[in-house]
Amino acid sequence: MKTALAVIVLAALMPLAAGEYYVNLASQIVIFAVFAASINLLLGYGGLPTLGHAAYLGVAAYLSAVLYLKLHLAHWLIAPLALAGTTLMACVFGLVSLRATGLGFLMLTLALSQVLWGTAYRWVSMTDGDNGLRGLARPAPFGLNLNEAVPFYYFVLIIGVLAIWMMARFVSSPFGATLRGARDQPRRMSALGYDVWLIRWITFVYAGFWGAVSGLLFVYYHKYIHPVSLSLANSAEGLLAVIAGGSGTLAGPLVGAAIVLLLKNWASAYIERWNMLLGFVFVFIVVLMPEGVVPGVRRLWRRFASRA
Amino acid sequence: MATEALALDGVDALYGESHVLHGVSFALGEGRVLALLGRNGAGKTTCMNTVIGFLPPRKGTVELFGEQVARLAPDVISRKGIALVPQGRRVFARLTVRENLIVAYQKRGGTWTLDRVFALFPRLKERAEQDAGSLSGGEQQMLAIGRALMGNPRVLLMDEPSEGLAPLIVAEVGRTIARLKGEGQSILLVEQNIKLAFELADDVVILNTGRVASSGPVAAVRDNEALITQHLGVF
Repeated sequence: MKTALAVIVLAALMPLAAGEYYVNLASQIVIFAVFAASINLLLGYGGLPTLGHAAYLGVAAYLSAVLYLKLHLAHWLIAPLALAGTTLMACVFGLVSLRATGLGFLMLTLALSQVLWGTAYRWVSMTDGDNGLRGLARPAPFGLNLNEAVPFYYFVLIIGVLAIWMMARFVSSPFGATLRGARDQPRRMSALGYDVWLIRWITFVYAGFWGAVSGLLFVYYHKYIHPVSLSLANSAEGLLAVIAGGSGTLAGPLVGAAIVLLLKNWASAYIERWNMLLGFVFVFIVVLMPEGVVPGVRRLWRRFASRA
Repeated sequence: MATEALALDGVDALYGESHVLHGVSFALGEGRVLALLGRNGAGKTTCMNTVIGFLPPRKGTVELFGEQVARLAPDVISRKGIALVPQGRRVFARLTVRENLIVAYQKRGGTWTLDRVFALFPRLKERAEQDAGSLSGGEQQMLAIGRALMGNPRVLLMDEPSEGLAPLIVAEVGRTIARLKGEGQSILLVEQNIKLAFELADDVVILNTGRVASSGPVAAVRDNEALITQHLGVF
């Protein structure tokens, strides 16, 4: 708890010491952390590896953009509509995807997200295809101007902290314990009177909702949306962030998101084939700390402390 | 005649093509302990799996207080009031002791609560916030029993609760089962420890290659050395 508060305070003070570039980068990290944390609900706490979670980020972003550009609705109306629509989609996708677990679940989530990605590319009259949708504006809650980097960062930080807190409450609640029980011993959970499928479905929908929240923040930040947001690459980056940071831990996706975003932004400025470097870093993490950076560092710290 | 808490009648069960239970019939009276005995591979655990719903019977009936439960899903059977203390404990290793107990709670008008389980097993209370995987074998067995009791079961299935435990812990498990019996809990007990089973049981059913070889009050079976030697391989 103390560590979490310290991180929040540091994050809140960061704009006082950093320039606009780093404030924008921090906004992106927080948005990606929310996305990764929602994947972690499924992978880390539910034992359900997904390769299609970008569907929720992308659909919420597209819904927001389409409602804004085509129907000219206000943001205060668009946001709940986009979240509700995407969560409803998660309800339906959950019914399909959770017909399997493990590799089958992975492939079903991938297939469903690829359908959406293809639709976004081909439905040019609605999505502008490969050009993407542009001309979007950020909301102005309570009249606050979020067009500058710092106010927008604080807006993202508040929602990000709230999102992570809500997800933390979810996994540490008695329901979270049943979710972890279903991850480790589904048969035992059913013998304790639980409908394991229902536990997973509720989690799937909840993860979809937070994926949608990250999608709204994503489209507010970029003021632009392109089919790549729905792509396999985007889902895989989220999954890698969780694995690199440490699945099944609260801090893991945050650290993983920071690693991915920092590497992408820094490395791409200096190295043309920065994807290769990203790959090497992941291999390095998986070899040295197969459980992820956060649990790995904890393990090393305990070893160091016991020797001292 | 005592009410039948659990009754199996003509139960056949198969693992794929392998026919494991052949017309198994027996009844557990309310508030009694029935020991299900037999050599390895006799079908004892399969019987448990059939009752709890992991392995639906191909033929026959399973009744809980007169209500048919055969071929229902395990979660439905559990909610109707059957709890299992599985062989090998099978606690949720990455959940804390408290979480292991909380997830198993079903009210069902029973008296078992977290506090009562902690009172029964004070060592669990001391380790409430520890991961269950870090407990000793005996503590894990207590947790497995406590977890089953948190469901306030009408019938408690216990699959080899003394397996792999030190003699002192076996005695403690035995005292716990005796106490539960004293409180009127109906218990179906699978046990390799014949001595412990005979101490606790009111009735005994001996299985041999998936068939009921013998059944009756414990006194009748305990004193029949020939029967025990033939089917259990002891004495």
